[in-house]
Amino acid sequence: MSEVLATRGEEIRRGTMAVDDLARQLADLKRQVENIKPGADDRVSIIVFSGDLDKVLASFVIATGAVAMGMEAVMFFTFWGTPVLRDPKKKAGGKDLMGKMFGFMLPKGRNEIKLSKMNMGGMGTSMMKSLMKKKNVASLDQMFEMAGELGVKIYICEMTMSLMGFKQGEFIDYPNLEYVGVATFLEQAKNSKVQLFI
Amino acid sequence: MSDEIKADKTMDLKGLPCPQPVIKVSKGIKEIQVGQVLEAVTTDPGALADFPAWARTSGNEILKTDQESGLITFWIKRVK
Repeated sequence: MSEVLATRGEEIRRGTMAVDDLARQLADLKRQVENIKPGADDRVSIIVFSGDLDKVLASFVIATGAVAMGMEAVMFFTFWGTPVLRDPKKKAGGKDLMGKMFGFMLPKGRNEIKLSKMNMGGMGTSMMKSLMKKKNVASLDQMFEMAGELGVKIYICEMTMSLMGFKQGEFIDYPNLEYVGVATFLEQAKNSKVQLFI
Repeated sequence: MSDEIKADKTMDLKGLPCPQPVIKVSKGIKEIQVGQVLEAVTTDPGALADFPAWARTSGNEILKTDQESGLITFWIKRVK
C-alpha cells in the first residue's frame, strides 16, 4: 500500500515539475513575442545616385507611384544625383577653388541634366523633352511638384555636399527636404519593403 | 445589370500616361466617402493592369471595368 502511495507521490511530483517547466517556457515565449519588432514598413527607399534625366525621371515615377499605392517614399540623392537638386536661381558663396570648379562643371539643377543614352550633344535630350510634352508625360518640374504634394521625402547626402563643395543655400525649396548622412538613409531603408539604387 | 452603377464622382484622365492616372485616382478616391463610387476614364493601356494592382494595394475595390474604342473606364468603390 505504502509502495503504491510512494509511486503515486512520485508521479504527482513529476507532473508538477512538468507543469512548472511549461509555465517557464510559456513565459519565455511571451517575452520573445513582446520583443518582436514590427517588420518592414510599406515604404520605398530609393538611392538616386545618377544625375541622368532618364534615371531621375524613373526614380520620381516610382516614388510618386508608391505614394499613390498607399506607401511612403524616401529619395536619397547622392553623388551625381545631388546637383539635380540645385536651384539655378540661388548662389552660394564661400566656396574654395575645387568647390567652385564642381559648381561650374556640374548641372545647375534638374533642367540642365541630360539623357544617359542618345544625348547627341544635347539634341537627344531636347527631342526627348518635346516628345514627353507631346505624349503628356510629366516633366521633371511637374514630378518635383507632384512629389512635394504627395509627401515624398528627399534626403541630400551631406558627404557629397562637402566633397563637391555644395552649400545648403544653393538647393531647391522643397517641402520635405533634409540634409543627412548614410545612417539616416539606412534607418529608413532597413524598414522598407522596397529598396532601389538608381 | 451592373451597368447601373451610380458614380459619386467622375474623373477624366484621358491622355495621361503612367504614373499620372494612378496618382490622380489615389487623390480622387480620398475626396469621396467610404462606400461611394469613383468613375475614372483613362486612355492608358497600362491602367488595365495598374488600376487593379493599385486597388489591391490600397485596399479599394474595382466594381467594374469597361473598355470601348480606346477608352477604359473603371468604377472604383472606396473601401477604407
